Amino acid sequence: MTHAASAATPAEGSAGLLAIRHLRKEYRAGQPVLKDISLDIEGRGVTAIIGPSGTGKSTLIRCINRLVDPTSGEIWFEGRDLARLRGDALRLARRRIGMVFQEYNLVERLSVIENVLSGRLGYVPAWRAFLRRFPADDVARAFDLIDAVGLGEDFATRRADQLSGGQRQRVGIARAIMQSPGLILADEPTSSLDPKTSVEIMELMAQISRERSIPIVINIHNVELARRYAQRIIGMSRGEVVYDGSPDGLGDSHLKEIYGGEDWL
Amino acid sequence: MNALSPVTQAAKPPRVWHRFTPAERIGRSMVYVLSAIAVVWSLRTIEVIPEFLYDAPEQTADLFRRMWPFDWAFYPEQVHDALIETFHIATLGTLLALVLALPLAFLAARNFTRNPALNWLAQFIFVSSRSVNSLIWALLFVAIFGPGALAGVMSIAFRSIGFIGKLFSEALEEAQKGPVEALTATGAPRAMILVKGYWPQVEPAFWSVALLRWDINIRESAVLGLVGAGGIGVALDASLNNLYWDQVGLILAVIFSVVVVTEIVTSWLRARLI
Repeated sequence: MTHAASAATPAEGSAGLLAIRHLRKEYRAGQPVLKDISLDIEGRGVTAIIGPSGTGKSTLIRCINRLVDPTSGEIWFEGRDLARLRGDALRLARRRIGMVFQEYNLVERLSVIENVLSGRLGYVPAWRAFLRRFPADDVARAFDLIDAVGLGEDFATRRADQLSGGQRQRVGIARAIMQSPGLILADEPTSSLDPKTSVEIMELMAQISRERSIPIVINIHNVELARRYAQRIIGMSRGEVVYDGSPDGLGDSHLKEIYGGEDWL
Repeated sequence: MNALSPVTQAAKPPRVWHRFTPAERIGRSMVYVLSAIAVVWSLRTIEVIPEFLYDAPEQTADLFRRMWPFDWAFYPEQVHDALIETFHIATLGTLLALVLALPLAFLAARNFTRNPALNWLAQFIFVSSRSVNSLIWALLFVAIFGPGALAGVMSIAFRSIGFIGKLFSEALEEAQKGPVEALTATGAPRAMILVKGYWPQVEPAFWSVALLRWDINIRESAVLGLVGAGGIGVALDASLNNLYWDQVGLILAVIFSVVVVTEIVTSWLRARLI
């Protein structure tokens, strides 16, 4: 990626959904976790970000929806620079970005359907959420989604803390779709799951991305899963993008550069 | 040959392990010695009068003889209404304290309110509330509102704000940040993050603290009457002043049974709520 191209405003620079320009994040001054990242994400398909632990994958994904504040740089999404938004404008922009977490992050003492409906908290009037009187359309959609992520409607009234890891992640995915997002971010969605459940969850996310045309950006450290389900792989090492291309193009030499060493290959 | 045979074992230097370093051992002995000195010193300053100490068993027995049999007729006359008033003082005081302490606890919780000045202000209110005993609060409120149940309610409430606020804000600070982060990411407004992210996590702690304080307040409101703030303590004070020991005995027995009953009720409720 040349400097001249990345300096252009995203409107001219690309037709992508998400355009990141010169993103830099330092938790401690002078020690950047992300060094000048520039990326364009297309409006479809699964993009996997791979890389060793502590390389800034999670920070990158959290900068996009501003759970982490970037030190400098621009993040263009649906015509706005997210990096500069504050207060209500930021909140309204966040509604269009769903997020799936490694630890599911459900509200344990609430039922499955309430967790799914909480994806609408940015849209519904506060009194409705407070009195648990969500609009009938939202409730109907929540039931549909619980079914669509493979849980079945009888799960709706179960408390989230009674579910297994894989079931919880399905609820997490349903909550993200409930937001009607233009983009879904997934931060290590399979890392707390067993191998079989991991494949099922990746399968589900790929299917959702395809059928509902929602682009998904997934942080994942499992290279095999990334190769199998992503149409594009971004390899990161020490806060920089070192590979960006198709799964087929990702060879051992790239993996060596991303993860360092070769004994594990 | 087995590598762990006694012969090879003996060849190695003995490996020793002590729980404490020598410096820690000296430090611990110092603490023991200082504690012993403190006990002896305080025993010498309380100035026990031996004569009073020797006939204490006799005096106690005498007191019990004066109390028994209780003056049962006194119960419907004065004790019953005072007892009900005590319940009201404790319950209203606890409710008032809950209403006042809840918003303050959110201000005090450092993960919810990221403003050190507000955190500090709420903590300051909690400390002020707790540093004053209910009886002292009652003296103040009797001076303001005059003697009676209102002063009692206010003093129970003011003493409880700090207790409820401190424990509840600590529960808030221990809330997991994952669900809160997830709701932030959905674009939920702050009020909804409070209601749907924090509240479900801390709700059991809230009711448990509220019940515990109500239980304590029943006991505390029983003595508020000694300074004129209403309740069963007023009757106790009057009987003590008149040296009607059979009435005093009855009132003490009533307080004791009420405390036992509330203890049973609150632990039953707590087991149910959580």
